[in-house]
Amino acid sequence: MTNSETMRLPLHAIAHGRAGDKGNVSNISLIAYLPEAYDFIAAEVSEKKVEALFAHLGAGAVKRYELPNLQAFNFVIQDALDGGVNASRSLDRHGKTLSFILLSKMILDIPKNLVPENSPYLKPDFNWQ
Amino acid sequence: MDKTVYIANGAGFSGDRFDAAVPLVAQLASCSGPRYLMFEVLAERTIAIAQIAKEKDPGSGYSPYLENYLRPILADVQKHQIKIISNMGAANPAAAARHIHKLTKEMGLAPFKIAILKGDDVTPYLDRQAIMEAETMEGTSLAGRTLSAANAYLGGDAVAEVLKTGADIVLVGRTTDSALVLGPLIHEFGWTENELDKLATGTICGHLLECGAQVTGAYFADPDFKDVPDLAEVGFPLAEVQSDGHFVITKAEGTGGCVTKATVTEQLLYEMHDPSCYLVPDVSADVSAMKLSEDGPDRIAVSGIKGHKRPDKLKVTVCIDGGYMAEAEMTYAGLNAFKRARLAGEVVLKRMRAKGYNGDIRMDILGAYSVLDGGKAERIEGKNLPFDSDYRVRLALVSGDRQTAQLLCDELGHLYCSGPAGGGGYRASVTEQMASASILLDRELIAPHIQAEVISHD
Repeated sequence: MTNSETMRLPLHAIAHGRAGDKGNVSNISLIAYLPEAYDFIAAEVSEKKVEALFAHLGAGAVKRYELPNLQAFNFVIQDALDGGVNASRSLDRHGKTLSFILLSKMILDIPKNLVPENSPYLKPDFNWQ
Repeated sequence: MDKTVYIANGAGFSGDRFDAAVPLVAQLASCSGPRYLMFEVLAERTIAIAQIAKEKDPGSGYSPYLENYLRPILADVQKHQIKIISNMGAANPAAAARHIHKLTKEMGLAPFKIAILKGDDVTPYLDRQAIMEAETMEGTSLAGRTLSAANAYLGGDAVAEVLKTGADIVLVGRTTDSALVLGPLIHEFGWTENELDKLATGTICGHLLECGAQVTGAYFADPDFKDVPDLAEVGFPLAEVQSDGHFVITKAEGTGGCVTKATVTEQLLYEMHDPSCYLVPDVSADVSAMKLSEDGPDRIAVSGIKGHKRPDKLKVTVCIDGGYMAEAEMTYAGLNAFKRARLAGEVVLKRMRAKGYNGDIRMDILGAYSVLDGGKAERIEGKNLPFDSDYRVRLALVSGDRQTAQLLCDELGHLYCSGPAGGGGYRASVTEQMASASILLDRELIAPHIQAEVISHD
């Protein structure tokens, strides 16, 4: 890494994603804004860490698929949807909001050069907490 | 001879914008070559709801929005010879076709040739008992439940068969959504079942188009981080496909939204599991080495998709009765509102237990914890909740019994006079649920029943 300066930030600072549902399984894509961030995410956002992040929903195993050509990952999370869209009692029965668990709740020491240069996270007065 | 096939999508779900296809038709009118306009409006459970409607009235059972989608574009589609492909047929494509004939006449247009696809509904030719005893992919048992619909996901090959009739409008019930795109491509380019890379590419093209504007900047905007121009007038997508399968995703000119590598990647992975094996009836598509490149403003070229052998079995979605869902909410606001909202929920939980209900009841307090917290109050410990704010308690349960569902609603409603201070804005509903499960059946059981039929005008 050429720039060793890091900031304590959520994944949202360097990636975006979308959640989809099939039965009781949620899949969440995670796409790096900058291609340079791909390796950092590959090293930091492990299946185990994602599993821990969704455990409170009763979720089970997490499988991570890697798509380096697209600077993207796909996380497939078992049992994350309270039985799925037909059974769930959640306000969000499809789990469409769940991509923001991954983006908001995973806080990492992120090298500053992996954050897009126009990102609000780089502004000194930006308070995300 | 090499040609470009143009396929646009005017709807990504039942209830999508009714006017979205208008700019697409204008754009298609300026293209030369085969042109198709699709509407994807059939969710998994929509077909069961349609099936129930059809049982009550044989003339119904198709999309209630058929006229909303078609009236604005039917004259131009006819003028410019654009073909329409849609699953608006739901449980009753023949009735939908007759409705279009009636609408066409009423609008003073020449009759369209309309053909439908039959065979997705397996209940006329498979034993209901055998369906209910089949092993489900989810591991749930269907025994003792009431079957409302069972439909096989048909593929692009079946849609292509319908196009062979020379129809201007093709109406289907249950196919994979991507088959609405793959079908025309098979028909136009004559792709065979062994051309796996092409079939896979057509499938992924369909997957990218099937959710409408989700590939053109909708369901994407995150202000200040991922800005999207003019979301209010977001343009719906259009694909330009070559005979070798290479394609470009773009959108209608003069519309809002954007087509970028990021918007395309988000939609690519939407509802996908293993990227090396995206299964549809025609092929197993592999996008693990797929590439995206910019091809001008709002144009993304897609390449590098591989195809592997198609699955031996077809997926059948079985819809069954799913009991009742109760949802009830009440707002508390101002100082100490969180504790008042929580007390309201606790009072209802205590009374439900006292009345003998021992099932799960989910409690959320909107504004403090809800969708991301799994309805688990302990998750708020450590959260710095504002003392002076709005909080809305929400209770929900799913029960096989309507009275139990209604009881939850009533118990929260009672708190208007019998609950904590300052509760207001009570809303509650009991909704009938449709549940579904998937089973896999041998192709041979279904294939002989797949057929096209032209529905003539009177």
